[in-house]
Order: sequence, then C-alpha cells, then structure tokens
Amino acid sequence: MLNIKVAKICLNVAALILPLAISAQQADQPPAKPSPDIASHVDGLTGHSAAGADLYYRYCWGCHGARGNGDGENAPWVTPQPRNFVSATFKCRSTPTGTLPLDSDLYDSITRGFITTNMPGWGTLTTQNRADLVAFIKTFSARWITDKPGEPIPVPAEPALTLDSLKHGQALYQKLECWKCHGQEGRGDGPSASTLTDSNDQPIRPYNFYTGYRFKCGTTNSDLYKIFMTGVDGTPMPSFADVVKPEEAWDLVHYLRTLQIWHKSPELALWESTPEGAAIVKAERVRNTYTGNPIHP
Amino acid sequence: MDGSKLINFKGGRVRARSVPFSIFLLLVVAFVDCRPANAIPAFARKYGMPCSSCHEAWPKLSPFGQQFKDNGYQMGNDRDAPIFQSPAYWPITMRITPNWHLEHQDNAIVDGPGGPNSALANITTHGFDFGGLDILTEGTLAHNISFQLVPSSDETATFHFESVNVRFDNILNSSWLNVKMGKFELDNLQSEKRIMTLSNNGGFYQNYHFQPWVAPGVPESSYVFGLGDNQIGIEWLGHSKDDRTRVSASLLSATDGNPAFQSGVGGAASSAYEGFIAGSRAFQVDNLGLQRVGGFAYFGRASTFPQYTTGGAPINGTGSGNEPYYRAGFIGMWYFKKLDVTTMYFYGHDNIYLGTNTPSNAGSAGLPSGAHAPTWNGALFETHYTFNPQMIFINRYELIRMSQQALDSNPGDLGNIDALTFGFRYYPFVSSRTGLAFHNEYSIVWQRKIQVSPTTGLPIDLTSSSLMFGLDFAF
Repeated sequence: MLNIKVAKICLNVAALILPLAISAQQADQPPAKPSPDIASHVDGLTGHSAAGADLYYRYCWGCHGARGNGDGENAPWVTPQPRNFVSATFKCRSTPTGTLPLDSDLYDSITRGFITTNMPGWGTLTTQNRADLVAFIKTFSARWITDKPGEPIPVPAEPALTLDSLKHGQALYQKLECWKCHGQEGRGDGPSASTLTDSNDQPIRPYNFYTGYRFKCGTTNSDLYKIFMTGVDGTPMPSFADVVKPEEAWDLVHYLRTLQIWHKSPELALWESTPEGAAIVKAERVRNTYTGNPIHP
Repeated sequence: MDGSKLINFKGGRVRARSVPFSIFLLLVVAFVDCRPANAIPAFARKYGMPCSSCHEAWPKLSPFGQQFKDNGYQMGNDRDAPIFQSPAYWPITMRITPNWHLEHQDNAIVDGPGGPNSALANITTHGFDFGGLDILTEGTLAHNISFQLVPSSDETATFHFESVNVRFDNILNSSWLNVKMGKFELDNLQSEKRIMTLSNNGGFYQNYHFQPWVAPGVPESSYVFGLGDNQIGIEWLGHSKDDRTRVSASLLSATDGNPAFQSGVGGAASSAYEGFIAGSRAFQVDNLGLQRVGGFAYFGRASTFPQYTTGGAPINGTGSGNEPYYRAGFIGMWYFKKLDVTTMYFYGHDNIYLGTNTPSNAGSAGLPSGAHAPTWNGALFETHYTFNPQMIFINRYELIRMSQQALDSNPGDLGNIDALTFGFRYYPFVSSRTGLAFHNEYSIVWQRKIQVSPTTGLPIDLTSSSLMFGLDFAF
C-alpha cells in the first residue's frame, strides 16, 4: 500500500509543479494563428498561413521573434540581425528594389538559406512546409495586403564568355565604383567598407568574393545578375537596373567570377589564360594563402 | 522509508484505483499552456537556433536535425568552423535524469524455505533515483572535420566512453563521401541513443538486443551483441544534398564496442571484423509529411573458444572458432501530420554453435542432440503524437517470435517477447541554453518460459514492469 501512496503523492506533486513552471513562461506567448488564412503560391503549390504558423513556431521564432519583428531570444547574438518581417523589406528578390518579392523569392530564400548569416537552408522541409511558411511570413505586414509584388526583372540569356566581356566587366567594376565597398580585389575591404550600415543601423560587411563562391541570394551567374539588377534591399547595395544595360551586367558578372580565385570557373580559367589575369590571380593567391574557407559547402 | 518490499501484485492493483485520477490531473495541467519550444544546449548556443529545429521533441531528430548531423554538424553557413565562433564557446552538453521509479517483477526466483532459489515471488521496488550522466561534446574541429566525444557514467559515476570518433565530411566536396573512425552509433534509423523512453524496461529496444535462449534458464553466452550498442570501427556514409537518400557501410571490430578487444568467450574477442550496411529513402506524400523507408543488415562473427590463455585467463583478441550471426530488417517511418508511426521488421540468425554455447573446435560431434541454428522474427511499432514541440505522446509495442529454437527439446515459444511502453514528455520551457522535460512512462515486458520454476520444474514466464516520473534535463 505504501508504494501506491508514494506514486499518488509524486503524481500530484508533479501536477502542482507544472503550473509553476508554465506560469514563468506566460509573458512570451506567441500570437494566435492568423485569421483569415493567407495563401502563397509557388510552383503549383498553395501554402496556407495557418499551417505555416505551427512550422514558424517550431523553426523560426528563436531568431525572427514571435511577432516576426526580428527580436527573437537569439537575436542579440546574431549578426547580421534576423530579418524583420514586419517591415517587409527583403534582400533577395527577382523584383525591382523597394517592391515586395514574389512568393517564389521567399520560398527560394528559405530553401537556400543565407550564406554569411545564421540562416541555414531548409531544403529538408517538404515543399508544402516551405510554401506554408511563406504564407505565414506574409501575415506579419499589412504591405502584403495593400501592395502587390513587383514585376520580376527579366534575366536575358547569358551571352558567350569572351575576353572582351571580362575586360569590359573589369572596367565597369571601376566605373561603377564597386571597389569602394568590395575592394579592388573583391575582398570586401574597400575604403567605405568599415562605414557601412544596414537599415537597422547595424554594421554590415560587403560581400567578400575572395573567400566564397556562394552569394547571399544564390550561386549561379543568373543569381549574381539579379543581385545587382534588383539590389539588396535593407543594405547599402543599390540596384543598378537603371545604370547598366543587360549586356553590361553580364560582363560584370563574368568579371566578378574572376575575383573568386579559389573557385574554379570558366571565367577564372579564361582570365588566367591571359598574362595580365594570371599575374593578378597569382599575386592574390600568394598575398594571402587560402587556409580553408568555412563557407564552401 | 524502505523503498523495497515484497507485495502481492493483485493487491497492489486494487489499491491503485486512484492512480489514474492522478495521471489525469497531470495531463490536464500539462495542457494548460503549450508554448513553442526552442533550443538544445550545445548546438543551439553555437547557431542560435531553437532546439525544436533539429528535434521533433528532443532527443528525437527531425529531418533537418538528421541532415545537420549527416553534414558533420554543419549548417552550411559561416557559423560552422570553430574559428568563426566566440573563443569562449565550448561545445559541451550534460544530460541527466533525476526520477522516481517503481519496478515490478512477477515470478522472480528467490531464496525460500527450501533453500537458495527455491521459491517464487512478486517483487516491487520503488524510490527516488537518478540515471547516468552523458557528457555530450560534439562539433567541428575544422571545416568539414567533425568530432564526437561522449564520456558517459552510470549512476555511481563510473565512466566509460560511449562515443569517440572523428569524421571527415564532404570529402571532395561530395555529400556522398563521409568517413569516420572510432566508436559510434550504427547508422540506425531508429536510433536507440535518441530513444524517447527511459525506464529500466522501456529504455532500449528489445529487438536490438535480443539473443535467443539455449534452453529455459540457460541464456546464450557465446557472445554479447546489441544493434543498439555503439561499435568501434570505420564508417562510410553518403547522402543526397537534401538528405532524402542515405546509405552507409561500416567495418567493425567484433567486440560489441568494447575497447582493447574485450568481449567474447571469457573476455577473449577474436580479431574478427563485422559489417553493417544501411540505406533509406525519404519521399514526400502531399501535405502529410516526409515518409522514409529503409533497410539494414549486420553481419557478425563471434568466437566460441579462446585460442590462448595465460594463467588460465584468455588473452584478449585471441578468440577463435569464429562463427557467424546476422541481423537484418526493414523500417518505415510514416508521418500523418502530427502523428508518426515507425514500423520495423527484424530477422535474426545465430550459428548453431553460438546458439548452443558450444565451442566449434569439436565440430558437430560436440553439439547437443537436437541442436539447430536459432532464428527469430521481430517487429516494432512506435507511434508519436507531437502535439507541439513541447508535448509528445509516445507508444511502442515490440514483439519477438522464435521461428527455430536452438534445441528440439525447447518449448516453441521459449524466449518470445512482448513489450509495451507508453508515456509522454512535456517540455515546460526550453531555452536556447537549456532543456528540461517532464518524463512520464510506463513499460511492461513479458518474456516467455525463460526460467525454470523451482517449485514445479517447469518453464515459466517472467514479467517485469517499470513506472517512471523523471526530470530529464540538459544544459
């Protein structure tokens, strides 16, 4: 009889302890599921914000916060700061600067993650899960109701890679003053680099071509094309859509690839086939021997 | 208060009428508030992510967590290599579980008026207790070089190394080339190291550790092996980028994970090697979730006698007369939104010498009459209802059925097992720095005719059960 009494006592004590533990957490209660349901549409999938809410509170809120304003409990230790979905400003878009992204842009961002940030790729989630998350992210800002996503910037077919293209791109790199932030060798150490801040007034580093080949918004030449034609909203990186012609943009893409001297590419190979390019690449490799880049996959 | 006493089991059930009410009360209180969870300590500190990202409910991995593990504890962003961490960061987590538990055993053989081991009794013991300590240190030594070191103790602080390995990840930038060496858990989809139940009876998978009985009261003692035991060797693992497809193969020393070649007949393992292969494929079914099916096989060899002895004691690693055994199975992990069901079919085979505890150097002449190589089938059904990242309900039923006994004289159901476990874990809070679970579990195991009644001389069943309430915490 004694053992049963002990069991009862333990159960009841546990029942009493639980509310105490729970009450300590009441202050940070997440908001209720959105109503009405907001949908997303990605490649034939329809995402639902109600389903996305569960996923958001499993995977995302530690950084992005229960209310989507980027103030999750880990945010103070995350650099750059997590995205503030309330402001509805997104870095990676296929739409013009200042406009809302397409659902597919958000979907791709979730899938890919963001290199040089704490945001990993979520490709292991099902496609439906990701579409649901996109729908839920759209519930944080009224902009998704009042505005429509911008028209996607067209990406023309990539022209053939030529030496002229590389050299023209090199000239554009100087003319457009890319080097002021990204540095002459693309190491992200230009004269303005240390002064840059993002839309949250937080210091931000320009992309370092030297150490990586993945970009914040993709890995392909088309992705790179889109980055400087759409700009990276919320950062000092502007859109060049009104400044350069599409064929010039491709020339710049080709040249930028040659700055990634530790990543084999047709652009780098062509560049190294010239005396000038070979000398530059060799000097760069000697100047700072590559010791292992953590952002390579 | 003496927590150990003999009681009449039937009487105990009568007195337990109000226990269900207490359990009901606990459940009601648990549902008062279910907030989202976040964090598991070491990696959460490193990446600043909710623990619920990698765990459906810790320690059970989510597909994202499995990918993180398969990728060498790397997210693929620039937070992976240790040189990019705060110098103060130390990749260490400790986990232990203070608890209250009750253990009951029917038909325990005890000393009686007739002398030693002459009587049967129903034994119940209970009291406050705590489990062993796991010190989990895992992370990256450099980009694409990861490690795992897990000193683990029992409740008396006697330590051993549960895991010790270094892994080279994404060799040649291919996710299909990952190699590790040391002591590690086999690539079991149903991981016993991440088991959601912790009690004495429910804290392991019966199918992973089952070895047949030679005869009632005579366990197989030729070798020791458990598919859930960490093994020592080298493993190749390959996986697709999205981790939907996973394959692995391991070459292992035949020591069941014991160092210095210690395991086998009289402590003399042979210098034999064993192999394990596993593969699985996941696929998405509409919006139900990610389903996964796979298979595995373990091919082992165990010594049946020591080749050399010194002072009468066998010399480690010189076990001889190696005979084969194997285990194989298929597994399916089926998700229906918040409900998931794991199904596993298991098949086991032991060589005739292993199954009868007979040294093989005498050949078939040394075998007892009516001897056979024992074989058996097993199954596991485990369901989880993950109400949210803070609350998970667990249920598991395992069965093992002998298809061929080691001796013709054995009862046909000798060694058969039925095991039922259910419970729930509630995580009242989980921060990105620590984790705590209210662990509640009941488990009962029926083993058929494995002992001989001292009063009748007939084979009898052994039934044992556990009731456990624990505070499972990690930091």
